[in-house]
Amino acid sequence: MANNRRSMYLRMVSGSLIRRASRLITAVLAIAIGATILSGLVTIYYDIPEQLGREFRSYGANLIILPRGDSKITRETLAKLENLIGTNKLVGMAPYRYQTVKINEQPYIIAGTDLAQAEKNSPFWYIEGSWGNSDEPERVMTGHEIAQTLNLKLGDSFTIQGVKFGEQAQASRQDLSAQENQKRDSARQNFHRKLSVKGIVSTGGAEEGFIFCDIDMLDELIGSSFRADVIECSVIADANELANLSSRIEQELPELQPRAVRRLTQSQDIVLGKLQALVLLVTVVVLIITMISVYTTMTAMVAERRREIALKKALGAENKLVMGELLDEGILLGIIGGTLGVFLGFEFALQVSLNVFGRAINFQIALIPITIAVFIAITVTASIIPVRKVMEIHPAIVLKGE
Amino acid sequence: MKILELKNVSKIYGELKALADINLSVNAGDWLSIMGPSGSGKTTMINIIGCMDTPSTGSVILDGVDISKENASSLTRIRRDKIGLIFQQFHLISYLTAVENVMVAQYYHSMPDESEAMEALEKVGLKDRARHLPAQLSGGEQQRVCIARALINSPKILLGDEPTGNLDEENEGIVVDLFRRLHSEGVTIIIVTHDPEVGDVAQRKIILEHGKIIDDIDQRATFGEALKLRA
Repeated sequence: MANNRRSMYLRMVSGSLIRRASRLITAVLAIAIGATILSGLVTIYYDIPEQLGREFRSYGANLIILPRGDSKITRETLAKLENLIGTNKLVGMAPYRYQTVKINEQPYIIAGTDLAQAEKNSPFWYIEGSWGNSDEPERVMTGHEIAQTLNLKLGDSFTIQGVKFGEQAQASRQDLSAQENQKRDSARQNFHRKLSVKGIVSTGGAEEGFIFCDIDMLDELIGSSFRADVIECSVIADANELANLSSRIEQELPELQPRAVRRLTQSQDIVLGKLQALVLLVTVVVLIITMISVYTTMTAMVAERRREIALKKALGAENKLVMGELLDEGILLGIIGGTLGVFLGFEFALQVSLNVFGRAINFQIALIPITIAVFIAITVTASIIPVRKVMEIHPAIVLKGE
Repeated sequence: MKILELKNVSKIYGELKALADINLSVNAGDWLSIMGPSGSGKTTMINIIGCMDTPSTGSVILDGVDISKENASSLTRIRRDKIGLIFQQFHLISYLTAVENVMVAQYYHSMPDESEAMEALEKVGLKDRARHLPAQLSGGEQQRVCIARALINSPKILLGDEPTGNLDEENEGIVVDLFRRLHSEGVTIIIVTHDPEVGDVAQRKIILEHGKIIDDIDQRATFGEALKLRA
């Protein structure tokens, strides 16, 4: 018997929604548009830190790792560090080994690094020519300043000379000819290598005074194993996360000294905070507009169905029963509109992310029930006042009339 | 047996006296027509009898219960249990089929039963139109659905407010014939009408003017004759 009532109830509610399709579409659209914008903005809100974090990674490394005291960083420590930070958080991790070399008897500094990682860390470097790589280690990058001093152009060759690891340097003797001094330099304790210019680095900073090469080639040239002087890391993290990460590094790898690059992390946090506040504000405004829209739609729905409501009351329906039916219709509209909005909202967020940040975003499964629940709550809240008007509908007055 | 009794009933709106000291008794199984010019108080009277309004003074005894002092919620319950309403404009729910419109009255009364609703439609000759929406029915058919809906809960009184007011002559005849059949089955019918022909087919006719009953005509002598004439 109860099934008959439920079945009739469903027939009335579904009939009202299906056979009044135009009204249904209008109401669902009002809710779906709100839900789309809301779920889209919420998706963006939670995705902004990661997206913006990645954007800020274009401005260079935000975590510098130095060895403690006179020690150097070994390849084992580097691997441990990589594990500690986590590859999913790392945009780039470039170890640097600095070595003084001579070119035409003048001293310069060559920096051996993992060029692929350095490129990830420093996408803002302007490179005339192209980045060097480990496949062609003799083709290196020189800083703009060095290129100017030595009058080097792309493709030009130059020879570097230096003292091998653990060997004593021998100063040039003024009583010897240049040829004799060169002969002394090419002795067993020294190294020399002919290199060519693959790229000229312009950064506006200290990097213009270095030669950049593959760190493995430099190790081999110097004749020692991997010994990094510094590691530059680009980590997706805000200031707090970086501080926590630094503490963990200090605890777990005491031979290292992590230093967060404050100007970057703080700028990131300020911009992020402002953006999130803006998105939150827009979200609240959209929420209010959606509520007003649902309120208007429900008010129109009640006004449009005054006769039907009056008839139901004339047939003996209690106010609360009719109000319950209208609220249930509202809930159903909230579910339909909310569900549509979740998926359209993700598409909206995806398009925004692709256009603004140039990256896709992840769909948050948890947003489905949350958005639907929020929109049911919005619909019910916005429907309360219109639905209460049912109590003011007097069947005798409404059902009379020509 | 009296099914309805109005004792000194008045309805006053500000300075307007819509009903003035009305006294009326209706026996179970009677067929009563209420006639009168516009503004005479017909609709006010039927609203009070139909538990959609309350009198300013006086009492209304419906099936042994004084409804004049009941609150809105009690009146809704009494209306649901004892009154079947027929409207001039039919007032069918546009998105429900004919049978669903009948079942709505069951739903608010007790328990929807489609087979009973179909029987009610069969009684008014609309079984084959049961699955049609109101927009797919003629005016006469819509009114017959309205009558089936009014009858479905076996009310004590069938109340009609200008039930033929929106019908052509042919459909008016069908509806009046339906009232005749219901009356012969013992249904108490009270109908407000402007139409003298519809008013004349009832057993009894009262004429209202300025809120007062100015005439109470027993038509039992001509009752059968009038029906024959219509037939």
